[in-house]
Amino acid sequence: MTLEILYFAWLRERIGLPRETVTTQATTVHDLIVELRARDERYALAFFDLSAIRVALDQELADFDADLANVREVAFFPPMTGG
Amino acid sequence: MEIRVQEAPFDFGAECARFAQGREGIGAVVTFCGIVRNDGGQMQAMEIEHYPGMTERALRQIAEDASRRWALADLLILHRYGRMRPGEKIMMVATASTHRADAFAAADFLMDYLKSRAPFWKKEISADSAAWVAAKDADEAALERWG
Repeated sequence: MTLEILYFAWLRERIGLPRETVTTQATTVHDLIVELRARDERYALAFFDLSAIRVALDQELADFDADLANVREVAFFPPMTGG
Repeated sequence: MEIRVQEAPFDFGAECARFAQGREGIGAVVTFCGIVRNDGGQMQAMEIEHYPGMTERALRQIAEDASRRWALADLLILHRYGRMRPGEKIMMVATASTHRADAFAAADFLMDYLKSRAPFWKKEISADSAAWVAAKDADEAALERWG
């Protein structure tokens, strides 16, 4: 499965990329995070504390145990600070 | 219902006037404007990042939710992104209803949800540092009162 992964705010800065295309066997968001963490130090640091991270699947907020089936776009970001 | 996400500054007075103009069936318009606050006096600029696509979608969902909960004749959400100086206007909401209670409650609801459910991230920039603004527990707790 190929996914478009987007990073925002300090996640984007820590990883050093705004977006990337990833081919993965992960079936849930949590599996995907485990794969990303294993890549290198930047990802391991960025995904160290999951309580500081939110995820959206195809632009809808989701949980870490959400299924990735039929998902095209995954976004990781810190808690939002709008208004 | 109107939702605008833009980098350019906006004229708050003109937006309010336009929103309130030509309405006869309503008795109330409530508006709110958020301004870049320079808390410690050291901030030079605020940078707001957003998630194009999801931002508009999330704002629309919040607006539709408000329209289901209260009897609104109309509502406007305008939110900027990009770099702003202290004192600049970041965003505004406007609500219109027959009686003021609906317009006040809906504006309050919109602001609570905009804070923590719309994909914007603020970064404060001073002469020698830059820091992402942390979400507050109080902002999350504020959502609970809406059930």
